[in-house]
Amino acid sequence: MFESISAVTNSAGYLLEGVGVTLLLVGLSLFIGFICGIVLTLGQVYGPALVRRFVGVYVWFFRGLPNIVLLFLFYFALFPFMGFDMPAFGVAVTVLGLRSAAYQSQIFRGAIQSLSEGQMLAARSLGMTRWQAIRSIVLPQSLRLSLPGWSNEYPVLLTDSSVAYVIGVAELLTRTSQVISRTGEPMILYLSCAVIFILLNYGGMMIIQYVEKKVRIPGFGNNEAECL
Amino acid sequence: MSDIPILKVENLCKSYGDLDVLKSVSFEVHKGEKKVFVGPSGTGKSTLLRCINQLTAPDSGFVYLNGEEIVHSGKKINAYRQKMGMVFQNFNLFDHLTAVRNVELALLKVKKMDRKSAREKAMYELEQVGMADRADFYPAQLSGGQAQRVSIARALAMDPEVMLFDEPTSALDPELKREVMEVMRTLAAQGMTCIVVTHEMKFATSFATEIYLMEKGEIVEHGPPSEIPTSPNFVKTRAFMGSYADE
Repeated sequence: MFESISAVTNSAGYLLEGVGVTLLLVGLSLFIGFICGIVLTLGQVYGPALVRRFVGVYVWFFRGLPNIVLLFLFYFALFPFMGFDMPAFGVAVTVLGLRSAAYQSQIFRGAIQSLSEGQMLAARSLGMTRWQAIRSIVLPQSLRLSLPGWSNEYPVLLTDSSVAYVIGVAELLTRTSQVISRTGEPMILYLSCAVIFILLNYGGMMIIQYVEKKVRIPGFGNNEAECL
Repeated sequence: MSDIPILKVENLCKSYGDLDVLKSVSFEVHKGEKKVFVGPSGTGKSTLLRCINQLTAPDSGFVYLNGEEIVHSGKKINAYRQKMGMVFQNFNLFDHLTAVRNVELALLKVKKMDRKSAREKAMYELEQVGMADRADFYPAQLSGGQAQRVSIARALAMDPEVMLFDEPTSALDPELKREVMEVMRTLAAQGMTCIVVTHEMKFATSFATEIYLMEKGEIVEHGPPSEIPTSPNFVKTRAFMGSYADE
């Protein structure tokens, strides 16, 4: 028992670095997914037919393949073929980010389509351009409406991130497995790994809930009841 | 009244598929005039307003603002639209912004005013419609009448030369209709040029300098408010307008 615990404490620093790598991986992927997701959504909702078709194929491609297949495809085949010499971490961020973009774009799209057309008309009647109206009215509202659905993206990406193990990214699961092969203590180390993931999940959700509260607007979105 | 009309509409046509919504509608508005369009629902009154500021593109015909043709003006339409304030039946306030920010948004984005001047201007316009004390309320916290008054302030803030009212009181209770009509009367008294689409006949006759009766996409009759309500055409149409006509 004592040996088991010392296996964890001795490698705590090494594992914590893995936590950092995992968080960086998730954070960057979420960010890429967010930016690309918005671009995809705007293309799908407001773009010409060709752009709409491209977004449709993009979403179909990234949602249709398992993470692990995408990682292998980009790491061992597509990027080398295109001459990109990208480290495993970069490939993982790219793949998870682009995949998340496909999911996030569909969350945003639903929100944009739920907005009334009248506000766009009002904005245009004041002399605003289409782009000004999208930026000042459509995006701030649809992003707020997206938050409940979007908050699901963090735990999904966090748990998905451990798949980066297969291409050797030194994230939490990879390091845990390395320590296990060195110490032969799978029980305590996998348990620790699990607890850390749960804590990361919990912490992230707290932050998202805080943001949700911060950007809440009386009578807008899902909080009508609070106005009564 | 000057010679060049503020707004001149010439042979405006619009159809959706087989349905001709506007059949060659023409009229002109001079400074200070109040033109009120009445008629049964679905006769193209709202489409007419939207074809004037090009929120809906007409199939053919011309609209002149101060003598300049605007139907084929391309991107310049954004500049022309500022001169034509529009008020919608459902207010269409920006739900995520407070009343004062609803009014100042276009001042900042379109007129490129600095924050301080935009805020002052927005507060001034809210005062004009009696809504200054609700400046920090969100649309969901306002009554229908209050929301409509804010939307009038929002349109006025752009210093329009003509105001287009698209059934501004149709979504309101009788009590709330009155406060919006009051604001419109004040505006009219200050000399604002107005084009109004409404079902409120009493309001129309007391507000208008000229009433236009529309039916099936055409202006079937127009004249001063003293004549239209008793004209044979109107009496005939009145039946179709149902209870609206008597309110």
